[in-house]
Amino acid sequence: MNHDPKSMSCQEFQEQLPDLIGSGADLASHPHLQSCDLCRALLHDLETIAEAARQLFPIQQPEDALWDRIESAIRKEEGSQPEAE
Amino acid sequence: MAQHYSIQSATDPPPDKRKRMPRTRSPRKTPIASKSEAGSRPVAAIEIHEPAQQAEQSTAALPDSEILARAQAGDHHAFAHLYSLHKRRIYSLCLRMVGNVAEAEDLTQEAFLQLHRKIATFRGDSAFSTWLHRLSINVVLMHLRKKGLPLTSLDEAMEPSFDDGPGRSFGAPDLSLTGSIDRLALERAVGALPAGYRLIFVLHDVEGFEHNEIAAMLDCSVGNSKSQLHKARLKLRDALRISLRQGGRG
Repeated sequence: MNHDPKSMSCQEFQEQLPDLIGSGADLASHPHLQSCDLCRALLHDLETIAEAARQLFPIQQPEDALWDRIESAIRKEEGSQPEAE
Repeated sequence: MAQHYSIQSATDPPPDKRKRMPRTRSPRKTPIASKSEAGSRPVAAIEIHEPAQQAEQSTAALPDSEILARAQAGDHHAFAHLYSLHKRRIYSLCLRMVGNVAEAEDLTQEAFLQLHRKIATFRGDSAFSTWLHRLSINVVLMHLRKKGLPLTSLDEAMEPSFDDGPGRSFGAPDLSLTGSIDRLALERAVGALPAGYRLIFVLHDVEGFEHNEIAAMLDCSVGNSKSQLHKARLKLRDALRISLRQGGRG
């Protein structure tokens, strides 16, 4: 594999991308991205997705009846155990 | 130690029940569901029925630390209050991780049952909410393992193909995800991810765990976690691009 960032192919760059992204380094100045619109667009998309993920899935409320089930299950467990000292 | 349950007639339904839309639920026979739904109605549940909201009122004036201390000492009111304080976060976490309401409810139930069993062991080394969060994630992971998702070898579990790899991105950048992403489209796409991809994506990108934390949780390598997250994002990108091409339909 070619490890010279300047002459890296798209495939080589993208194979390293999980580690590069995971390292937390600023990739904007990566030599390959300076000359590759395609990989720059890819990275931008992935960053956009990661950013959007933080806004995903607003906090939701479980059904009120769930507590009844939990309480019932707790009592069932306690009923099957010997009384604690 | 005797529990401090207050007695309320089972014929008095909690007022909050009336506000909820009835939801059709298919029978579930997961190991978790069987814990709560097996057999006939326990007599004890009829005798001590108490809405969490009512219990919350009885401990509402207490600081969180006192509520926790009381729950650790076996005070049912305090435990019900803890449930009220944390139910939304734990349920939402379960829902994100499994993408299914019925399963998320079962897992929330199991998480709070485990909490009830283990709460006395909480020593305050971390924030209680963090501890409960981890406990709940472990409940979900255990559930996924029981379902047969081999979390220790995620690469193999995700039906990888050459299409999953980076090579797929070599095509012309005909549609870039410029601007803001349609949140609903992204939620749909996350929901459609294979379970293992969704798990990593939710843990890292939504819940904010680091790769080393995820690797420890899932008993996989850090590299594996990074790789799976990358593939999950690539799959989401593909799904969103398709959604864009279709003009946001479907």
